[in-house]
Amino acid sequence: MLAYSGHADAQDAEELVRGNIGWMLALAERLLRDRALAEDAVQDAFMDAFRGLDRFEGRSSLRTWLHRITVNACLTKLRQQKRRAEQPIDELLPEFDRHDCRIEAPWTYLTPIQDVLESEDLRARVASAIGDLPDSYRIVLQLRDIEGYSTIEAAKLLDISESNVKVRLHRARAALKRLLEPILRGEERG
Amino acid sequence: MTDQRKTGFGRWLKGLMLRRMHRMITCREFEEFVLRYLDGDLATGQRSVFELHLRICRECREYLAAYRRTLELGEAVLAAPDDPVPGDVPEDLIKAVLAARAQ
Repeated sequence: MLAYSGHADAQDAEELVRGNIGWMLALAERLLRDRALAEDAVQDAFMDAFRGLDRFEGRSSLRTWLHRITVNACLTKLRQQKRRAEQPIDELLPEFDRHDCRIEAPWTYLTPIQDVLESEDLRARVASAIGDLPDSYRIVLQLRDIEGYSTIEAAKLLDISESNVKVRLHRARAALKRLLEPILRGEERG
Repeated sequence: MTDQRKTGFGRWLKGLMLRRMHRMITCREFEEFVLRYLDGDLATGQRSVFELHLRICRECREYLAAYRRTLELGEAVLAAPDDPVPGDVPEDLIKAVLAARAQ
């Protein structure tokens, strides 16, 4: 049984690593979209975890604690990355006419989730569309909608205000909807 | 009257109605409420105003349905498998982590 407090001995450490590295690496790859960078982040996360094991008080599960540490390591990697020029998100946002009425082509069909999940090609295109969002929006969407963090938790992790999280989240969702429209409307099938 | 002019007139009329009617909001104002509506964070009065707009506006109704489906799709496609395949983790990464700890 792993000792969750005090310094982990070598056997405990190996148990910790082998028992968690799989999902931590998968998480880092989802956030960073780069395998090599994800492996670096996971290494950093484990170093942080070993250093902080003394402070782990068991108020959350070990997995929850490691999840947060991994997310933090990924966010640090993203900040260290030479910033790519982010594609402006504005052109993907909802449009309104001069009367403040929404401009939205009629929807005669909305693709069922199952149809997408059954197609490897469509699943890949959805994942790719999420990856195409500018990082500052994509990360908020992933933390809140996919990794299950609350608005308050996402704000703390990203060191931004809660209202900023909400603005970015809504824009990210709206932009993703626009990117996925050919799939959602059934114009592209797997 | 051309279809284009009909559409323009219809949109003008809709915009006018949305601005003038009691307890009605424009589509642009509706957009500001979407996140809070889906989070269940709207007060009762705000929610009824939002839902009234939803009932009369085809564009916002369909937009919201597609927005919701987008969220479901993103979650379904990127949802984490609980038990990743152990073979996906390279042994050299595990060894590197343990070696770094030992230093």
